[in-house]
Amino acid sequence: MTTELPRDIKLASSEKQIDQSSSNWLPPGLALQKVDEKIMTLNVGPQHPGSGHMRLIIQIDGDYIVACDPDPGYVHRGEEKMAEYRNYITNIPHLERPVIHDSCNILYPYVLGVEELLGIEVPERAKYLRVIGAEINRCIYIMYWLAIYGIFLGHSTMFMWPTGDRELLIDLMEKMTGARVTHSHFVPGGVRNDLPANFEDVCLRQVNYFEKRIKEYAAVFYDNPILISRTKDTGVLSRQDAIRLGTTGSVLRASGVDFDVRKKEPYDVYDEFDFESIVMKEGDSYARSKVPWLDMMESCRIIKQALEKIPKSGSVRVKLKPNPKGKGFDTVYKRVESGRGSLGCYIVSDAKPEPYRLKLSVPSFRNLIALPYLLKGEKLGNMPAVYWSLNYWPVEADR
Amino acid sequence: MSVIAPNFKLSGFIKSLLDNIFWILLIFVLAGLPAVFMILLLVDLPVIDGELLTPFLALSYLVNPTRLIPVIHAFLTTDIFRVIAFPGFGFAALLAASVIFVERKMMAKLQLRVGPFYCGKVEGILQLMGDGLKLISKEIIIPAKADKPIFWAAPVLFVATAAAFVALIPVAPGWVVADIDLGLLAFFAVIGFFPIITILSAWSANSKYPFIGGIRALFQMVSFEIPLILSLLGVVMLTGTLNLSEIIESQSNFPWIVFLPIGAIVFFITMLAELERIPFDLPEAESEIVAGWLTELSGMMYGLVQLGSYLKLYAFAALFVVLFLGGWNGPMIVPAFPEQIITEGIEMGPITLTVDGLESLLSNTITQEMLNGTLWFVLKTAGVIFFIILPRGVFPRVRVDILLDLGWSKLIGLCFINIFIALGLLYAGVLGPGGLQ
Repeated sequence: MTTELPRDIKLASSEKQIDQSSSNWLPPGLALQKVDEKIMTLNVGPQHPGSGHMRLIIQIDGDYIVACDPDPGYVHRGEEKMAEYRNYITNIPHLERPVIHDSCNILYPYVLGVEELLGIEVPERAKYLRVIGAEINRCIYIMYWLAIYGIFLGHSTMFMWPTGDRELLIDLMEKMTGARVTHSHFVPGGVRNDLPANFEDVCLRQVNYFEKRIKEYAAVFYDNPILISRTKDTGVLSRQDAIRLGTTGSVLRASGVDFDVRKKEPYDVYDEFDFESIVMKEGDSYARSKVPWLDMMESCRIIKQALEKIPKSGSVRVKLKPNPKGKGFDTVYKRVESGRGSLGCYIVSDAKPEPYRLKLSVPSFRNLIALPYLLKGEKLGNMPAVYWSLNYWPVEADR
Repeated sequence: MSVIAPNFKLSGFIKSLLDNIFWILLIFVLAGLPAVFMILLLVDLPVIDGELLTPFLALSYLVNPTRLIPVIHAFLTTDIFRVIAFPGFGFAALLAASVIFVERKMMAKLQLRVGPFYCGKVEGILQLMGDGLKLISKEIIIPAKADKPIFWAAPVLFVATAAAFVALIPVAPGWVVADIDLGLLAFFAVIGFFPIITILSAWSANSKYPFIGGIRALFQMVSFEIPLILSLLGVVMLTGTLNLSEIIESQSNFPWIVFLPIGAIVFFITMLAELERIPFDLPEAESEIVAGWLTELSGMMYGLVQLGSYLKLYAFAALFVVLFLGGWNGPMIVPAFPEQIITEGIEMGPITLTVDGLESLLSNTITQEMLNGTLWFVLKTAGVIFFIILPRGVFPRVRVDILLDLGWSKLIGLCFINIFIALGLLYAGVLGPGGLQ
C-alpha cells in the first residue's frame, strides 16, 4: 500500500516548517506570503455566508482554485476533556452538543460502549425505540444539511422546503422525548422514557407524509437541469481516493464503496430490518448530494418496519446503580452509522465513575480531509457545491 | 406545515385600516401640508386668467374647484410632473416598491411560509417602509483603502442611470418623459453604462469579494449585451423605426411576439442576466463571494443600489411590453367619461348643481385612451414582472462558464435565426409595407 496522496498537492502550511516562536509569526492565511502576482488569497470564513464555523484559505488564479487549506477549530469546545470530569450519566447532555441536529446518533456509540463496560443487557423494546429515534434523527439532520446545500447553490426554495418539512419530525421527536433538538434520550440501559400514548399512529402518519414530501424534491431540485449542470462531474472523488483519504458515510458510498455500519456491523436490532445501503458510482458532487436524500427514504422504511415489529409492552430501561463505574481497566470502541457516516466512540475506563479517556472519532473531520484534494483545479463557483456535498458539520469536526 | 398564523378577524382588519388612515391623515396634516407649501414657494407657478398664482392663493384654490382644476391642468402638462410623478420616477419607484412587496409575498407562498406579516398589520404591507427606515438609519461604513469619491458616486450614478432608463418608456399615448426618435438606440446607450458603474463601485471598494463580483458582473453584462441588442433587431427591421412610441403604434393589430417568439425569449433571458436575477445572480452569489459587488456598500448606499436595480427591473419589463407585447394597445375597457352630466350640471333631485370650470377637465389633458393605455400597460408589465420573479423560486444559480457559453454561443445563434425570420417575413411581403399593416 502506497502512502502517497492522490494528487500531488502541497498545502501552504506544509510547504515549509514555520518557526512559530519568532516574533514575525502569524497564523496561516494572515501571513504575507510571497506568491505569484496572479494568485489571490481568499479567506472564506469564519465571517462568510458560505463557510460555517471555520475558515477555508483559498488561493485562486483567475476563476480557478490553486490551493485550499481548511482551517477548522473555531468552535472547539473540549468535549473529550470535559467527559473526563463527569460521570457516565452526566456526560450524556454535553456529548450531544457537537451535532445537536443528530443528537441521538452521536450519543448512540457512547451509550453502546458504556453498556458494554457495565455489562448491561438492554430490553428488547428499548432497542426498537432507539432505532426509531436514531432514524428520525438521521432524517432531521439530513433535512437540515439539504436545506443548506440548497441555499449554497442559490436555490432558496430548497432552503425553505426542507426547513419546513423538518418540523414534522421535530414534532415527532418532541412527542417522543420531550425536547425538540437536544433530546438526551438514549441512556445506558435503554432509553429515558417510554412512548406517549397513540405515538405509533401519529408517527406512521407523519412518516408517510414525509416520505411523499421528500419525493417531491426531485422535481424542484434533483432533476433541475441547472443543478445537474453545476454539480455533475465537479469534485470527482474516485473509489480509491475515497478509501485512501479515509472518508466515510455518504461521501464514501457516493464513490462506489458499499460501506454502511448498519449493514456491515449491525448494532442493536438493525439486522432485523430490510433496507438497502445506497451506493452510487459517480463520486461527484451530484452523487454526494443525492445519497443522503435516498438514505432518508431508507430511513422511512426502517421506521415503518420498526413500528410494526416493536414489542407492544415491556420495560424500556434497566435500572442502574447510582454512579455506575466500570469493572476494571477496560477499553471499548463502538461505532454507528450517523447522518454523516461512521461515528465511533472509544472509552477507556479505570473503575472510576468517570471515564479515564473518551475519544470521539467523528465523520465530519474525516470527510473534511478530502476537501483540499477535491477543490484543487475547480472553479470558484464550484466551491460551495463541493464543500457542502462532503456532508461536513464544522462543530462536530472541532468537538 | 405547522405555520402559526393569527386568526383573521374582520373587526380587527377594519380597525387596523382605520388606524393606518388616522396616522396617514395626521402625518399629512403635520408634515405633508407644510411640505406642499414649501414646494409651492419654490416652483414657478403659472399665470391663470391673467392672475399670478401665489402659494397663499394656491391654498385657497384647494377648496375652490373652479380655480383648482385649471391649476391641476397646468401642472399635469409641466415637465416637472412628467419627470417626478407620472411616467417618470415616482410612478416607476411606486411600481418598483410594490414589486419588492409582491416578490416577497409570492416567494413566501411558493416556499410554504407567510412572508412579511406583522409590519403594518395588514399582511405586512408596511414592511418595505420599515426596511427603508432601517437602511436610512444605518451607519455608512466605507473601507479604509477605498477610492472614496468614486465609491460614494457609484450608487447615485446607478440610480440616476436607472432613472434615465425609465424616462425612455412610453406609458400611454403622449405620456412619455423623453419621446425621442432614437429611443431604442438611447436604451442601448443607457444599459451600456451599467457595467461601467458596477466595475467602478467594485474596484473602488478595494476589497477582494467586491472585486470578484464586479468582474463577474462585467463578464455577464458585456457578454449578454450582444444577444440583447441582436434580439431586438428583428423588431426594428419590421417596424423600420427606433422610436418606441411608433413601435407600439405598429402593434395595434398584433404584438410582435406572435411573429418573433424566438427574439422575445432571447430578450427575456438576456433581461434576467442584465438584471442579475436568479438564475443569473452570479455577481451577488452570497455563498461564494459574500454579496458580490455589493459587499462593502452599507446603509442607504445599499438601499440606493437596490432601488436602482428594481427601477431597472421595471424598465426592462416595460421595454419587453413595449417591444413585444404591444405596449398600451388593448381593448377599450375604461368607460367613456360622463361628459353630459358634468357639462350640463349635476342633477340632485329637482335642483341642478352647475359647477363652472369642470368642462376643462375633459379637455386634452387626460383622455379615455390615455387611461385605458395606462391600465393595459401596467397590467402587461405586471405580468412580465411576474415571470421575471418566478425563476427565483425554481432555479439554482448557474456557473460562470455555463453562463458565458450560453451567452456567446447559444443565444447569439438564436438571435440570428430570429433575424432571418424577420427578414423572411419582410421579403415575403407578409409584414411591413404592403403587408398585413
